[in-house]
Parts: sequence; C-alpha cells; structure tokens
Amino acid sequence: MTFEQLLFILIAAGTLGAALLVVTTRNLIHAALWLIATLFGVAILFVFLNAGFLGVVQVVIYIGAIAILMIFAIMLTRQVADTKGPRFNENWLWALFISLVFFAAIAYILSLLPEFEGTKPILSSEIDPIKQLGVALVSPDSYLLAFELASVLLLAALIGAVIIAWEQR
Amino acid sequence: MMVPISWYLIFAAALFSIGLFGVLSRKNAIAILMSIELMLNAVNINLVAFWRYSYSLEISGQAFAVMVFAVAAAEVAVGLAIFISVYRRRGTISADEIDLLKW
Repeated sequence: MTFEQLLFILIAAGTLGAALLVVTTRNLIHAALWLIATLFGVAILFVFLNAGFLGVVQVVIYIGAIAILMIFAIMLTRQVADTKGPRFNENWLWALFISLVFFAAIAYILSLLPEFEGTKPILSSEIDPIKQLGVALVSPDSYLLAFELASVLLLAALIGAVIIAWEQR
Repeated sequence: MMVPISWYLIFAAALFSIGLFGVLSRKNAIAILMSIELMLNAVNINLVAFWRYSYSLEISGQAFAVMVFAVAAAEVAVGLAIFISVYRRRGTISADEIDLLKW
C-alpha cells in the first residue's frame, strides 16, 4: 500500500463518517457543521483528481455560500432546531433497506465495468486543464449555450427566492 | 501503485446511498436538502473521476461538474426560500406535517 492510497482511504473514511453524521445527528446546526466537513473532504478528493479549480470552487460555493445559507435557514426556523423529538420518520427502516440495496446494486454493476480497475493516465504537461475548461465553457462549439443558460437559471433562482421569501403585509 | 478508479466509484456510491437514506428518512425539510447536497457531491466525484481516468483530452467531465454546481446553488436558494415561507405560514417545516396537498 502506497502513501497515496493510505491518504485516500483516510480522507474517504473521514468524509463518509461525516456524511453519516449529517444524516443522523439530532441537532441540525451540528448536522450543518458535519456537512461542511463532508464538503471539505470532497474538495480534497477533487484536488487528488487533478481538478484543483473544482476543489477551490467547492470550498467557495458549497462551504462559503450553500452551507452558510443552510445555517441561516436553520436559525430562521428555530423551533425545529431543538434536540427533542424524533429525527427520523416512521419509515426509516425501509429507507435504510432501500439505500443498502441501492449501494449493493451500484457496487455490483460497477464491478462489471471492464475498466473498473483502471489506473490514472499521465496528464500531458502541455495541456492545462484549467485553461481547457475555461475555453470549453465559452466556446460556441462546446458549452457556451449551457453556460449562458446556467447564468439565466441563477438569475431566475435569485429573483424567485426573493419573491417566495418576501414577507407579505 | 496508484489509486484505481474503482475506489472513487465505490466512495461516490456510498456517499450517494447515505444521501438517499437521509432524503428518505429525515423529518426536517432542511435536513432533506442537506442530504440532497450529499447526493449531488457524489455525482460530481463520479464525473471528475471519469474525466481523470479517461484517455481522451475532452474536458466534459469538469464542465458538467461546473453545471451541477450552478444548479445546486439555484436549488438550495429556492428550496430554502420555500421552507422559510412555509415556516412563516404554518409554523413548522417537518416534512410530514406539510400535508396541504395530501388527502
């Protein structure tokens, strides 16, 4: 076992443990903090996969914006953040069963893939993935339309969120 | 010996299953939203892992992951606005007490 594999196992185990705490912790504020830990672990895995830009975006958008927004929403709906009362609905055993079966099915299907044990190809040094990504997002041959649609979607979500949460008097 | 792609895929599958369990079992609507974030992250890990381990020079995996980020941000903004609005009107965001459309 090499150092890289050991590091991967440690990070993956930590991330999955934090994710388990997100779905089982009674106190929602604690769940949000564990969510931040999980997102940070995923950001580290992005860096492992030579996608440093996505790792930074993960920290800025997910941890900096989404997780903080979650904490704000939890604090605005104070009454449910208490530590009493059930955290699961009455179907949680079924949910556990379904998710375990789902995991087993995915693992089985993945093991049938021919390149399941594939290893990393070497990234050639003359290709810069960040530059490539930037060009791909704004060139008309690739993802320009999706990029513009994403900006329209964000604007619509922004206005929609303001109007929905507006306090009627 | 490097990390094979199977480790990333199994990790993403486990993360997705944890998120699925959270979505199906949690009572609080904000906790359900957090579980959805876990599932979206698992999908992103898969996209980036397949990009890194494929021999083509296409950047599609990362471009799709960026789109998933944008959609996730929009989804959380609207979702939390709806929950705050529901909380203001009904005084609860427990998922099984929001049953206006049930009969």
